[in-house]
Amino acid sequence: MSAPELYTNGNPLLKYMRQDKLPHFFCPGCGCGQVVSAFLRAVEALGLDLGSMVGIGGVGCTARIPVYINMDCLHGVHGRTLAWATGIKLHKPDTKVVVFAGDGDALSIGGNHFIHAARRNLDVTFVVVNNFNFAMTGGQVAPMTPDGSVTMTTPYGSSEPPFDMCKLAVTAGATYVARTLTSNPAQMTTFLKNALNHKGFSVVEILSQCPTHFGRYALGSGSPKGLVEWIKSHTVPASAAEKMSPEETAGKYLVGEFVNVEKPVFRGSTVYTPSTCGCGGKEAK
Amino acid sequence: MGLEDRVLTGVHFMQGNYAAVEGAIAAGCDFFAGYPITPANEVSEGMARRLPAVGGVFFQGEDELCSIYAISAASLAGAKAMTATASAGYDYMQEGIEYAVAVEAPIVVVDVMRCRGENFATQSDIMQVRWAAAGDHEMIVLAPSTVQETFDFTVRAFNLAEEYRTPVVVVSEMSLALMRERLEIPAASAIPVVNRKRTAKSPADYLPFHADSEYGVPDFAELGTGYRVIHSINPHDERGDIEWEPHAFDRLYKRITGKVRENRTKISTVQRFGLDDADIALVAFGSEVRPALDAMEMAREKGIRAGVMKLDAPWPFPEEAIRDLASNVGAVVTVEMNMGKYAGEVERAVCGKCRTARATKNLGTPHTPDEILSVIEEVRA
Repeated sequence: MSAPELYTNGNPLLKYMRQDKLPHFFCPGCGCGQVVSAFLRAVEALGLDLGSMVGIGGVGCTARIPVYINMDCLHGVHGRTLAWATGIKLHKPDTKVVVFAGDGDALSIGGNHFIHAARRNLDVTFVVVNNFNFAMTGGQVAPMTPDGSVTMTTPYGSSEPPFDMCKLAVTAGATYVARTLTSNPAQMTTFLKNALNHKGFSVVEILSQCPTHFGRYALGSGSPKGLVEWIKSHTVPASAAEKMSPEETAGKYLVGEFVNVEKPVFRGSTVYTPSTCGCGGKEAK
Repeated sequence: MGLEDRVLTGVHFMQGNYAAVEGAIAAGCDFFAGYPITPANEVSEGMARRLPAVGGVFFQGEDELCSIYAISAASLAGAKAMTATASAGYDYMQEGIEYAVAVEAPIVVVDVMRCRGENFATQSDIMQVRWAAAGDHEMIVLAPSTVQETFDFTVRAFNLAEEYRTPVVVVSEMSLALMRERLEIPAASAIPVVNRKRTAKSPADYLPFHADSEYGVPDFAELGTGYRVIHSINPHDERGDIEWEPHAFDRLYKRITGKVRENRTKISTVQRFGLDDADIALVAFGSEVRPALDAMEMAREKGIRAGVMKLDAPWPFPEEAIRDLASNVGAVVTVEMNMGKYAGEVERAVCGKCRTARATKNLGTPHTPDEILSVIEEVRA
């Protein structure tokens, strides 16, 4: 089957994509394609109009996701996705904005924007594809690389403890926070649906396989299947973890929804009403 | 005249930073994001009070980076957006400037020049405002020399940003930003306001980065209105698709630099004082125009025919104005409050057609007229 036939084989989600951009640039076995698929299933299930939405990607493998989806897109600056999202949401609050960021983009260079967007309850969906390393640049250590991992910049093993970004998001004030993994597409789709439906800062961390770099360097194998199984074996449903001992959950990623609450969303740093302007509405200066 | 009035028509005794606020609001600014930094704080503070009261949004970003990206994205969503900062803060914003250049987002940046780490008068960032951002680009930089011009040039900055779809910098200075002087704000009807041209085409026919001429400006389509545009900093073709072919680079970079450079005589206006019969011409911008004009008067009292060319917009470089000047005087003296930066550009354009000299210093204080006069006398001797 030729490449064009592969991409036009009647997949019901293709209508949401920029089909002329295919084939995509993700490596064989990468989890980003599964994330695209789950996201588009969520879009389909919710009946969202992509034409009225904005997708944002910074720099990295994950950051290319919105380039393939047929909606307005901001792309190409590392770590500033949530700053862009803030500008759009404050000026046009009714525009639905979804950000796709890798773990480096989201938590390393973009970490400051992340905690402040959570604190403010910015009304955007933040999808973080955690593949445990900087992949596009060749497999360097990232803020969520497991302790001890060999990467291109930690040849003797990483001696930096990783973030638990879901805990960080909850603590900073995000109002929907969930973690899932690429090998559970049904759950991934459900959580993305819930996030897109949520009014407020919704964060979905997706544990994903990077066979090209993380798999080869940290785990000694470029097998996508092996890496997917490694991820699965390192996850525990959050509900089950409640009944487990700390020893049993050590080194495991909890998977599930951690918070889902309603709070006022961010509308600007100061919101004017004549009675609260502080000068009695008299003079401008 | 109240908080809810967009244009505060009348005569004021106003600080430079507040004049930038009022100029922005009069020009239609409806989105501001900024991060605290002295001596630009009054711009944020003024915006925080004024903008929400006229229906706009004020946002204090967690840093300068957040602020510059927030205004660029708000601009793509249709806002007239501004930030304000000072030298070090302007450093942080550079990739954001590149982004606004690349996706042709109209934004205005007020940069109050200050000495490195401290709040002293200086013009030492005059090259930084032109060249700091990576990648091929031209910058429009307006340099007010009075509080009145801070208002007028901020209005003009918005209009130029909208016309050319590019970032415009209003480069203020510590002394000017914190100084109070007379400001006359005209009636709203007398303030020209330009709005970017929006596309009349349907999404199917629209090419977001296509212009009708080689150095033209594309029509605008707002985010979230069905046009489905990729706004990438990466090299892109007329459709907005990321494109690595040399012909795409060529067309994009020629157009986004040419749309500013080829319009430089319209953008980079100059004001001439005493130049009709001048033997020695002072070239100055910003606050240094003030002692330069005093020095001109003092020189003329001594029988030296001095004149001043005031550059309203140091960038794009007013090539023709300086070249013509050099053909008509015996000497050109560049006056600037730094160790000598813009002088190099002036001397390049003079190109040996007359003598050149520099009145430069970076001591945290503006030139006195006497200091400039002594350079005039040296050149004459």
